[in-house]
Amino acid sequence: MKKLKKLTALLVSLVCVMGTLSGCGEDSKNTLVVFNYGNYIDPAILDIFEEETGITVKYEEATTPEILYSKYHAGSIKYDVVCTSDYMLERMIKEGDLIKFDASAFEHIDNIGETYWDFSKAFDPTNEYTIPYFYGTVGILYDTTKVTEDVDSWEILFDGSYAGDIIMMNSMRDMYMLTLKYLGYSINTTNTDEIDEAQKLIVAQKPDVQAYFVDETKDELATGNAAMGVIYSGDAFVAMEMNEDLAYAVPKEGTNLWMDSWGITKQCDNVDAAQKFLDFLCREDIAKMNFEYIYYSTPNEAVIEDMDPEVAADEMIVPPQEILDNCEVCQMTSDELLEYYNNLWKEFKAK
Amino acid sequence: MKRMSRKHLATPYVFWIICFTILPLIYIAWYAVSDGDGGYTVENILAIFEPVHWKAFVLSIELALICTVVCLLLAYPVVLILRRLKIKKKGTIVAVLILPMWMNFILRVYAWQVLLSDNGIINSFLGMLGLPSINIINTPAAIVFGMVYDFLPFMILPIYNSLMEIPNDIIEAAKDLGADGFTIFRKIIWKLTLPGVISGITMVFVPAMTSFVFSDILGGGKIQLIGNVIEQEFTTSMNWQLGSGLSIALMTIILLIMALLQKSNQQTKGNNMIW
Repeated sequence: MKKLKKLTALLVSLVCVMGTLSGCGEDSKNTLVVFNYGNYIDPAILDIFEEETGITVKYEEATTPEILYSKYHAGSIKYDVVCTSDYMLERMIKEGDLIKFDASAFEHIDNIGETYWDFSKAFDPTNEYTIPYFYGTVGILYDTTKVTEDVDSWEILFDGSYAGDIIMMNSMRDMYMLTLKYLGYSINTTNTDEIDEAQKLIVAQKPDVQAYFVDETKDELATGNAAMGVIYSGDAFVAMEMNEDLAYAVPKEGTNLWMDSWGITKQCDNVDAAQKFLDFLCREDIAKMNFEYIYYSTPNEAVIEDMDPEVAADEMIVPPQEILDNCEVCQMTSDELLEYYNNLWKEFKAK
Repeated sequence: MKRMSRKHLATPYVFWIICFTILPLIYIAWYAVSDGDGGYTVENILAIFEPVHWKAFVLSIELALICTVVCLLLAYPVVLILRRLKIKKKGTIVAVLILPMWMNFILRVYAWQVLLSDNGIINSFLGMLGLPSINIINTPAAIVFGMVYDFLPFMILPIYNSLMEIPNDIIEAAKDLGADGFTIFRKIIWKLTLPGVISGITMVFVPAMTSFVFSDILGGGKIQLIGNVIEQEFTTSMNWQLGSGLSIALMTIILLIMALLQKSNQQTKGNNMIW
């Protein structure tokens, strides 16, 4: 009930926002409306871009892929370029919201490494719609004062050696994905036998698990309430800032890789300016500035090559190739499969 | 004319009720009976009887009942003590009891997570005194604890109000007629505060029954209540039909329970405090 009231409130406030904002979006000739997640670009970059090109940037923010999507569809603002996450990009491409970019108009696009274009194929099979921006992994954050052995496999979570001291993910997709990876299957498997096998494993693991969290995991580890936890690399970075005894590892079996990319919308009038902007983001000096501001894994190889050796050795920032080889990007699963997962998850939670 | 103008004053409230109570309810009911392909079905509502959902539902009832009983046992004596105090002190104590409500509800739940955790403040304090630690975090006990803490004021206030309405004369008259303390409590105080008790029970039981934050945060996500199931249907699995069906089933059952409570109340006194 609470959730629904929130939703209704959100809808009503969206309508209000639409009312106040209509009236923007004129003089599109030399302006570019950029839509991105909050705090997800170095603001100085926008100034440099305006200075160099004379194009005015109107910058808009959203907090989650879902809010970004509904704001885009509300249609009161004409967004020219958007940055969002893998599964939402897949949806937008399927629904025809994005247009193909012209690779020949780009000067710096080759800075984006081949590996990342390959990962993008999970949601943009022809690499014609989206340009990788940042990415990250799901891995294990552990307390080096409690865990002395090497953490390099998901097995450490399932063999009972840290019973009562581990935090798993309270997120259906991530739980099944890491378990499927541990079993050596694809995270995008449609084989229900493989999914059932993963189910048995997480049910058996439940007594050993201290708690299932998502956002709270970083605090629990930073305060020393658990020995290890499964976490997104971005959160791991925050936790490690709070407690220097923490370390992050991506298991050798591979993991779920998330990716945020840019695309040009079908509403865009000034494709030229949009492409200039996206090319600008790929430029080495700009990408470097941006990386140092956000500190997520960058797909820009020029930036990676130029990195401080210490930073480049950090698996959280630059996952080694042999780990990346085993990673996959989650695809939008079919409704039937989603329902299958959902029922298993409820059964698992009820145990 | 005067009557008319007074009616207009209610317009904002009517608007509010329509937008935020009636329309959402209609939406929910509509989702609950639609099958997603344009047809109609009762399956989503009957889904409450599926073993997984039923288990979560029964567990929710159990925890909500325990929480309500604990709140009542804590609240009633406090209110009895309050009645005897001088007016000035009374105000201060009631203010202190309400004070936690000024802070954000979720924030207070997070605070209990920090306090109750195995390496938390309470356990390090117990350790300092050489006492054994309490390990209730991530168990149903922690969930009940959090609910009692958050909902206790909702039990105290209605009972406090109904108790304060009892005139001293009645009690003195009973004493004059030779009633002892226990008889006075049983025959006068308890019966006259019953409407307050019932509205207290309603205001504690219903939110305790439907919440999902306590089990996610204090239960460590290991315990599935019916609120968690509904939340999940709306968020991760995007099955609004099933989520709405379960909500409607839950609402119906709660209404039935409340109607029964209400009936037992009306046999004693017709005065309704909440509906």
